[in-house]
Amino acid sequence: MAIRTQPVTVNLGPQHPSTHGVFRMRVMFDGEEIVDVEPIFGYLHRGSEKLAEERTYTQIVTLTDRMDYVSSMLNNQAYILAVEKLAGIEPVPRGVWLRMIASELQRVASHLVATGFLLQDLGALGTPLIYAMRERENILDMFEMLCGARITNSYLRPGGVFMDAPDEFWPALDRGLDDIIQTIDELEEYLSGNELVFSRTKGTAVITPEQLINASITGPMLRASGVDWDLRHRAPYDYYDRITFERKLHTASDNYARYWVRVQEVRESVKIIRQCVEQIEPGPVRPSFDDVPRLIRPPAGDAYVAIEGSKGELGFYLVSDGGIAPYRMHVRASSLINLTLLRDMLIGGQFGDLFVTFGSVDLNMGEVDR
Amino acid sequence: MIGLGLPRGFLVTLKNFMRPAVTEQYPDRHVGLIGAARDAGMNPFQFLVKKPGDSLKAIAGLATVPVAVKQSSRFRGNEFTFFEDRCTACASCAKYCPLGIIEIVSIPGKIDAQEGESYKLEVFDIDIGRCMFCGLCVEACPYDALHMGTSFERSKYVRDELIITKEELNAAPKRPSSFYRPQFEENAFDPFKETIDDYHDAGRHERPSDEDLKKKWVDER
Amino acid sequence: MGQAFLDNSLWRNIYCVLAGDSTSCAARDYSPGLLPAGMEWLAFTLAAVAIIALFVNGILGGVILLIWGERRLFGRFQSRTGPNRWGPFGLLTSVADAVKTMYKEDLVPAEADRILFNLAPILISVPALLVFSVIPIGAGTYVADLNVGVLFIMAITSLTTLAVLTAAWSSANRIAILSALRSVALLISYEIPMALALVGVIMLAGSMSLGDIVQAQGIPFILVQPLGFFVFFLAAMAEMARAPFDLTEAESELAAGYLNDYASMKFGLFFLAEFMAEISTAAIVTTLFLSGWKGFEPIPSQFWFAAKVIAVLFVIIWFRMTLPRLRVDQVLKFAWKGLFELTLINIVVTAILIAIWPQPTTAELWAMAAINWPVAIISIWGVSKLLGTPDYEKPFPESTNPVYPVDSGSIPASSVLNADSSAVVESGGDQ
Repeated sequence: MAIRTQPVTVNLGPQHPSTHGVFRMRVMFDGEEIVDVEPIFGYLHRGSEKLAEERTYTQIVTLTDRMDYVSSMLNNQAYILAVEKLAGIEPVPRGVWLRMIASELQRVASHLVATGFLLQDLGALGTPLIYAMRERENILDMFEMLCGARITNSYLRPGGVFMDAPDEFWPALDRGLDDIIQTIDELEEYLSGNELVFSRTKGTAVITPEQLINASITGPMLRASGVDWDLRHRAPYDYYDRITFERKLHTASDNYARYWVRVQEVRESVKIIRQCVEQIEPGPVRPSFDDVPRLIRPPAGDAYVAIEGSKGELGFYLVSDGGIAPYRMHVRASSLINLTLLRDMLIGGQFGDLFVTFGSVDLNMGEVDR
Repeated sequence: MIGLGLPRGFLVTLKNFMRPAVTEQYPDRHVGLIGAARDAGMNPFQFLVKKPGDSLKAIAGLATVPVAVKQSSRFRGNEFTFFEDRCTACASCAKYCPLGIIEIVSIPGKIDAQEGESYKLEVFDIDIGRCMFCGLCVEACPYDALHMGTSFERSKYVRDELIITKEELNAAPKRPSSFYRPQFEENAFDPFKETIDDYHDAGRHERPSDEDLKKKWVDER
Repeated sequence: MGQAFLDNSLWRNIYCVLAGDSTSCAARDYSPGLLPAGMEWLAFTLAAVAIIALFVNGILGGVILLIWGERRLFGRFQSRTGPNRWGPFGLLTSVADAVKTMYKEDLVPAEADRILFNLAPILISVPALLVFSVIPIGAGTYVADLNVGVLFIMAITSLTTLAVLTAAWSSANRIAILSALRSVALLISYEIPMALALVGVIMLAGSMSLGDIVQAQGIPFILVQPLGFFVFFLAAMAEMARAPFDLTEAESELAAGYLNDYASMKFGLFFLAEFMAEISTAAIVTTLFLSGWKGFEPIPSQFWFAAKVIAVLFVIIWFRMTLPRLRVDQVLKFAWKGLFELTLINIVVTAILIAIWPQPTTAELWAMAAINWPVAIISIWGVSKLLGTPDYEKPFPESTNPVYPVDSGSIPASSVLNADSSAVVESGGDQ
């Protein structure tokens, strides 16, 4: 006997414990099964791109901090690279090494947050989240040593960074990297072999590499489907061509694969930082003000630079009309583009998997809405 | 569904259960008898004998010890340190502020003021309520008159009280952060222990050398 | 008064001090009582009221302590401190919370069914309290010793779901309804393994009275009935909607489920009931499997009971802190395909053992334990093998998910400098 059921529409968000910000979904359920999902966003829109049009190139650094607020260093790096390309600035070596260290630390922090919140969405009641956050706290302390702020760093300047790392930074970095590896080992012991995590994440929200490439999704999501695409390897920026690291790929393309890729990338980032520390050379950290003045006036033209952000390809497109402020700034926000396949991933799944999938995509609403 | 992964997870949580807590308690830390005695500078037995009341409190878990938050000396914080004697009212800080929250009104010391003669600063207001502590104003200051502060407690009930005026800045204890001021780090200045009262002690982070000055003022003219 | 009352030391002590009834209390020489002769009915009533007041307040005090203890333990498991500000060691935190909860505005949604909405908090807290009426918390310390105690507990605890359904339905909230449906599914699935897991205990004790079950435990039944304990513990966790079965509240999915629209002390009652259920589960587990109040002599039996309850609570909290939540279909599959089989195995094995040793002495109980443990380990291993073949263990077919060597023709070849470091590929079919 078939039971006649009726789908029910439920509104989830914008205020919801698991939407990582203010994100709203109108979900149609048939029992526990998801029939339809309609993502609605824009609640955190602050008009960063428009605001940039009336700020000087140095001042915009503070705006990029606030786009993806769990990986501000990476945002800074992408923006500064775009400015350097636009204005033809030659960065100084020590500044580049320092910003590579900072951005890789930020990638570790961002991946830790993503992993922690994925497991929080799994319902682990905060334990793995706090283990991940404990390590992130160390990284934020290092950022405070570097630039005086923990989240909204604004550490980078065109041509380098604004200040050299203090003496106490290097031993702290050394200790912190060991701690990170230890915590990752612990997390993997705790969760990577955990049958409950397996049964929740493996085989859920599977999506094919073709779909991902067609939707131009990048980052850990793409690498979890077996596509070997990492901009640090494909189009090295800064000094990534002097660094060797492994690209970790997973072929399953499910929630577990995305979790696994992130955890392995943390290990690789730690290796990258160690290589940076070995290769860093003394010298100035930013070009002199004779070469790069505080008020940059790039020649008219445009520039697009993309880096491998923590969530995917993070690109900044700048158009200059020769003035002190960009004529137009556009951000290729990886979170927004990773969001595009959310509906395809969710339909046919269970309600319990909804927020797990959401967590495994690793969205940051600050970056989605900008 | 049940395998060896689950017991391993239980062992990991138990291991963390045994670990000391990483919580940073602020503004005070709850201590037991040993902690209270260490704070008073005695061993626990001395403490028990000399201060029975306090030790009872400590055993009951009510004793607290004030703690300072672990901060880097580069911390970009509140109560900007400002040396008015150094300020020439050039308004670089106001120009570089991304939000335009610094208000400067200057009047010349006299009519037809010449190079080297000081301008009088009449108004110097920072609207902390909108400030995001990016530090660009400090970076812009050519004479090291403005420094970031190191404190972070300035909550007020009225929004208008968040505007720091020149008088408040002058009266505030001068604990400058070493953000963009490498001379403090070279002198091993600790803003959490000492203050800088005289602006001469603050130093200059990029004092122009004599050749530079000559080049600028003599050769180029 | 009847013998049933006189066995109850709590009741007898209070009654005899008041009444000084020569027939009932002669042995203990309580006469003369406080009340004049002929007022035994008043003494009887007063004793009953006193016991009820003692139990209810004791349980509520226990809940306050449990909330504090649980939060402190959560903190320790997460390498935090936990609440330590209000009162010594933060003991007054729960009191402060209660005051705050009472002062909150009592909101009722406009669409809500007011009568049912107000009834639900009462419905949920009454059964949680009633469970304690049959649990002996010490030698002769109980409210009532029902001869169908186990059945009573089973019946009473399932009322909780009715309250959840009432709360969800009356608040006219779709998320709450989803949560209540999960709750009902959980109840229907887990009531059966839970009841069947107790059959072994009842067979061993030969009685359904909890007092008799405690008396029958020459050695704790957890040793004799490992399988029964395993199933009962997990089923009880599911029944009270604790992690990893906390589907009804599911903070990260349903926000708070059926509690979504409750505020103020109505929410507080739900909260209290949840923690009372935790204590009662621990008490039932202690009574049935950990030989209840039994211990060795100089320490009073009540302390033994409390210590065992706290130990069980610690394990429950440890479970909650460690395990992620299961999905609904997995939870139901686990009940019907896993626990149900295990209970059947347990009943058959126990029945055979009972047939061999009808009235087991302590030595015979040890022999039963020696037989039951291998059976338990083998059957849990076998069932987990049966259950543990979900789709994820099948390797992903190579043809559908190849490793994509993205053509680097679109990127200038000079920029691909470290092409020699080959990528590390993890296939889907690991573990």
